[in-house]
Amino acid sequence: MPAVLEISGLEKTYQSRFRGARKALDGFDMVVESGQVHGFLGPNGSGKTTTLRTLLGLITPNGGEMTLLGERVPAALPRVAGRVGAIVESPQFFPNFSAHDTLSLLAEAGGVPKQRVPEVLELVGLRDRGKERVKTYSLGMKQRLAVASALLKKPELLILDEPANGLDPGGIREMRTLMRGLAGAGMTVLLSSHILGEVQLICDSVTIISRGRRVVHGPVAEVLAQHAGGGVTVKLESADDLSHAAEILIAAGARVTPRPDHLIVSNVEKSAWVTRTLAERGYYVSELAPVKVDLESVFLELTQTAPVEGQARQVDDSAVVAPGQGGWGV
Amino acid sequence: MSLPKAEVRRLFKRRVTRIFLILTLLGLAIFPVAFTISSQRTGPEQRAQAAERAQQDFERASADFKLQVAQCEAEKAAGATDTEVRYGPNCGADFGPRPEYFEPANYLPFEFDFSREFQPSVYVFCAILALVAFVIGASFVGAEWHTGGMTNLLLWRPRRIPVLLTKLGVLLGAMLGLTVVVGALWTAAFWAIGRYDGQVGKLTSGVWQSFALTGARGAVAVLLAATLGFCLASIGRHTAMALGVGIGAVVVSEIGLRIAFELVQVRFGDRFILSTYLVAWFDKKFTLYDYRACDFAQGQCNPGELVITWQQSAALFAIVLVLALGGAIWSMRRRDVV
Repeated sequence: MPAVLEISGLEKTYQSRFRGARKALDGFDMVVESGQVHGFLGPNGSGKTTTLRTLLGLITPNGGEMTLLGERVPAALPRVAGRVGAIVESPQFFPNFSAHDTLSLLAEAGGVPKQRVPEVLELVGLRDRGKERVKTYSLGMKQRLAVASALLKKPELLILDEPANGLDPGGIREMRTLMRGLAGAGMTVLLSSHILGEVQLICDSVTIISRGRRVVHGPVAEVLAQHAGGGVTVKLESADDLSHAAEILIAAGARVTPRPDHLIVSNVEKSAWVTRTLAERGYYVSELAPVKVDLESVFLELTQTAPVEGQARQVDDSAVVAPGQGGWGV
Repeated sequence: MSLPKAEVRRLFKRRVTRIFLILTLLGLAIFPVAFTISSQRTGPEQRAQAAERAQQDFERASADFKLQVAQCEAEKAAGATDTEVRYGPNCGADFGPRPEYFEPANYLPFEFDFSREFQPSVYVFCAILALVAFVIGASFVGAEWHTGGMTNLLLWRPRRIPVLLTKLGVLLGAMLGLTVVVGALWTAAFWAIGRYDGQVGKLTSGVWQSFALTGARGAVAVLLAATLGFCLASIGRHTAMALGVGIGAVVVSEIGLRIAFELVQVRFGDRFILSTYLVAWFDKKFTLYDYRACDFAQGQCNPGELVITWQQSAALFAIVLVLALGGAIWSMRRRDVV
């Protein structure tokens, strides 16, 4: 599939007279293929919004290359802007205008037919509230309006930064259905979100960023499989025997992570080896199952942002990847 | 042409624009209404009454004066020694009322004279419109930045400088239209007051030309104020930036500098005050006098003069305009939208 979005070696450093320089993007790479829903994940302050703003011409990069729909940006942005719908960060609209006014002004500025306005209001569920002022809207309603504004020009590429932020559970499900429907109709969707369960459900592929660099990328299923690590969870008839069992397995060459009521055993070729090794020493396995990973655990592992008891993690305390190292198995 | 049309709609949909336009029209309407109420047309009858009242007042004052002189002389004859202190030399007899102190014209009711008094009213009109243009200009772009509307617009129209200049062009077009339309109504209202409640005076082509030039200078001031408000708010990306700088400039220039120059006795200190250049712009020139160099104990004094011309004002305004517009364009081009 051809790439509709390609980023290579993107760099952005924020300069502050008093606080010095801070690298927000440090050689970041990303590829989004046509017709996919692509998840863009990263801890707070990792560079997601900077990437999206840079891509959309709101921020000037210090280095790197970007293409959107096959054209180099930001130079070609005026040509491709009409084919890219985007919302960046929290939805921001003039509070005293109605949703209808807001969208019709954007439609007029962008040369979009005005009949598209009621269509997108219907699509995001704001048909009956479109004449009310935006300042009376809840965060979720503003989010719907933001999505409506992005959909107004029937884009080929839809870039959504935290679209589910503030939505109620029903709204999140509607958003999921909407995105799948849009992708089904041939639209490519780049979705930045912290709701990893949603991303896992919606997205075909994913890119994870940490401290301005790509940590991992690829189809969601492959990323999960790659990080399952072939481990198994092991339970014994008696939990008191777990420490002895762990010692036996470690001595036999396995990697063991003890848990209160079970062990996580990795670095083993076959699950049967665990059963046999323990049985030979008189310990009998009551339960043996492959370790299931989800996107959240992969994300926490790769970005090293899992909470640690007794520690208050700071926003910059996430994984740093060596330049050019982002990819599988990192 | 879709962006200019959208921006015109946006400008007039905004609450600040609507409220300020309504308040401006109401505020401006107060002036012709007040003039209509206070102006009375005077004819021979009113002039005769005024002459009669002036004569009566003169006679009453003369009679009082004679009584006062007589009382002084009586006290003097009785041996009082302080009459010179209380009544002046010769019992003040040399300073009696004169007929010219009681001009009949001063006894006439106010009568508006269009040819004489319309021009100053244009200054008031333009000053009010300039203030409104500054606020609307600042809010038009400042609120857009502050609420994220500009970010949304730039996602649709990524050419930053054309977007900024289109907005400015729409603002200036709207303000010019407003100035012309409301200015025409203002002129018609005052002409009607002169025609029906006062005098229109001698309206030669030269007088009309002078009015037109004053109006044109006023329109330039309004457009300059709108541009400054717009550019300052664009640089600061907030309406408050323009309002803060505007208020700060007025306070520093009109109060702070005046006090400082007075304290350190700067010669022609007013040449550093902004309002001097506004007055010179409207009046073609403004003469500053250096009375501090005069010693009136030595008799009459011809103080030193410094003339500020409208050309100097124009040069100053051009410099301010270039700095503000250049700053706004530079900021729009170079600064990230974060």
